[in-house]
Amino acid sequence: MSNQTWPNFSGWTCPLPLRTYPTIVMGHGSGGKMMADLIQHLFAPLFANALLEQMGDSTVLEIATNGESPIRLAFTTDSFVVSPLIFPGGDIGELAVNGTVNDLAMRGARPLFLSAGFILEEGLSMDTLGQLAASAARACEVAGVQLVAGDTKVVNKGHGDGLYINTSGIGLVPPGVDIGPAHIRPGDSVIVSGTLGDHGMAIMSVREGLAFETQIKSDTAPLNGLVEAMLSASPGVHCLRDATRGGLAAVLNELAVASKLGIEFDERKVPVNPAVQSACEMLGLDPLYVANEGKLVAIASEAESDALLAAMRAHPNGTFAERIGQVVTDHPGLVVARTGIGGSRVVDLPAGELLPRIC
Amino acid sequence: MKHVDEYRDGVLTRALLSEIAATITQPWRIMEVCGGQTHAILKSGLDQLLPPQIELIHGPGCPVCVTPLELIDKAIALASRPDVIFVSYGDMLRVPGSERDLFSVRGAGGDVRIVYSPLDALRIARENPSKTVVFFAIGFETTAPANAMSVVQAKAQGIRNYAMLVSHVTVPPAICGIMESPDARVDGFLAAGHVCTVMGYWEYGPLAEKYRVPIVVTGFEPVDMVRGILRCVKQLEAGRAEVENAYERSVSYAGNRPAQAIISRVFEPTDRAWRGIGIIPLSGYRLRDEFAEYDAEQRFPEVQAIDTRESGLCISGQVLQGIKKPFQCPAFGGQCTPQSPLGATMVSSEGACAAYYRYGRYSASLTHPEITS
Repeated sequence: MSNQTWPNFSGWTCPLPLRTYPTIVMGHGSGGKMMADLIQHLFAPLFANALLEQMGDSTVLEIATNGESPIRLAFTTDSFVVSPLIFPGGDIGELAVNGTVNDLAMRGARPLFLSAGFILEEGLSMDTLGQLAASAARACEVAGVQLVAGDTKVVNKGHGDGLYINTSGIGLVPPGVDIGPAHIRPGDSVIVSGTLGDHGMAIMSVREGLAFETQIKSDTAPLNGLVEAMLSASPGVHCLRDATRGGLAAVLNELAVASKLGIEFDERKVPVNPAVQSACEMLGLDPLYVANEGKLVAIASEAESDALLAAMRAHPNGTFAERIGQVVTDHPGLVVARTGIGGSRVVDLPAGELLPRIC
Repeated sequence: MKHVDEYRDGVLTRALLSEIAATITQPWRIMEVCGGQTHAILKSGLDQLLPPQIELIHGPGCPVCVTPLELIDKAIALASRPDVIFVSYGDMLRVPGSERDLFSVRGAGGDVRIVYSPLDALRIARENPSKTVVFFAIGFETTAPANAMSVVQAKAQGIRNYAMLVSHVTVPPAICGIMESPDARVDGFLAAGHVCTVMGYWEYGPLAEKYRVPIVVTGFEPVDMVRGILRCVKQLEAGRAEVENAYERSVSYAGNRPAQAIISRVFEPTDRAWRGIGIIPLSGYRLRDEFAEYDAEQRFPEVQAIDTRESGLCISGQVLQGIKKPFQCPAFGGQCTPQSPLGATMVSSEGACAAYYRYGRYSASLTHPEITS
């Protein structure tokens, strides 16, 4: 090889930048930085108001009453575009109800009423639609909410993915309950309600045709019951978030930024179902970034965390709850994981779409 | 998880780290060749636990990072055609070409799909006979056998609407390139375990001898990495420069012969441009003439005219070569982030800059507070 000419390594050059996208790409809906930028720069300035600035899973509205303490309502909306429509552990109907119920519950609200918009694609089987609507109805019953308004539209074949559902919801925040990022304090415990990454990997294993010894099932579940149990067990709940798109990593980053504090957790304490772990290893994904549909992250006072954990573990949707870390004053705005071998790393907000690594 | 947890064991890792600390007497610069290893080092925080005398240099072994701009632009041109379904491994979609990336092509209506195996691309070709399915065949010797297999199968099954845009690169010529460079400052190499699983390590003996540099075949879990580093340090301290296999459970001397056979049946060595580096002689594969009909550049000759070159200010070339660390770049973490990468090394999750950005900001902030400010 000695007779070959070698490139001039001292003059290596670099590629050109790609700064912004002139059109929407899938990454804008991933729950990561691209979506945050889109909301912050395109939507938020147009609709700016004090209530929107809460930027929580739902917005708490105060309604004045005659002389008495105001009624506080939580209000939220969410759209569901999952493919396939029916997946191991659930379907889009159930998901659409649970998703909105959970967004309300994360403010401590008792979910009461939902609306639903069904966008149907020409050609969708009537049987499938019936099955999915029945599933949504059952989910309403389980969560104790009523669907009180609805809308149906049909789009041409090829203009939808079978069925999209939008749900909005209203809940009542009980007197004395006030939780949100503003209440996060240094020293608080970080608790997750169970295994992470189940929903995202259930969907991905179906889409990619991956088969594992144990089938991975979506964790879709209403969390209002769990939240009620937590709030009645302990006054120490400071903030709640459900870890949907972007996974645990996205939620912890949002909370670190919102509270201007650091979050530290022990990677080994994060509960992950072994089948999910295997699937992630195989696809080159990190379960910290994978979506959940029935898991919450609680930030709670350290002194109360044992009582809270006990209450969570006694509830069917919190059996595998774990305290994984704490809020710190170091590295404000950053989330740091302690690794299994005793090192540490920054767990960043996911960028755009979750992409499998090549090797 | 079985077969993984034992190689992530903290106690064993720390024992091996102590052994390294007890062995080392002077500074050594060790390059891990593979992007997967860079990822593992930063994900586990291993870099913070090594003795300070060891400087790890992140090598050019990330196939996504080193795929040249010209080929990305060709991919974008092909993917934009209404008669093409463009099929790729996931990370490639985010790599910026001169003006846009494959995500943007998809956003503009191009049919761009992600697969895990080129055989899935072949299935897509069977299911879409009216379209030409172009598979982006990138990667090192690890992905080459399966990519070669897809062409052999296409031929055997008479599938005519399948073609590959080939951008394969190989490790040994890159090691030569790094050692031939006048700025060469690598004392030892950790060779990429997955590449050696396919190729064995018979190719590396002459390199270790010629450049007087130890080459240790190394795996990807923390325990594997620390073992590889330990054996490299032992050689360096003893003044030896040999090829060693520290990834015995996966790698044999001869490698996977059938995989090598299918590579040489379908591909032949060719000069390849590496993004951020330039042309390295005989550092890649192209399709042999016998399979020319499956070459996307032959099938769509208009893309041959695409000849874009890289320009700009970032230092990814120096990072890939080990001359600079990512945080020594003025753009790192500010103008250049994984959302808006300026350079190849920030593009892929395996790229050194992206890995530093994602996993290293905290530790870097301790010594370089300007990075996180």
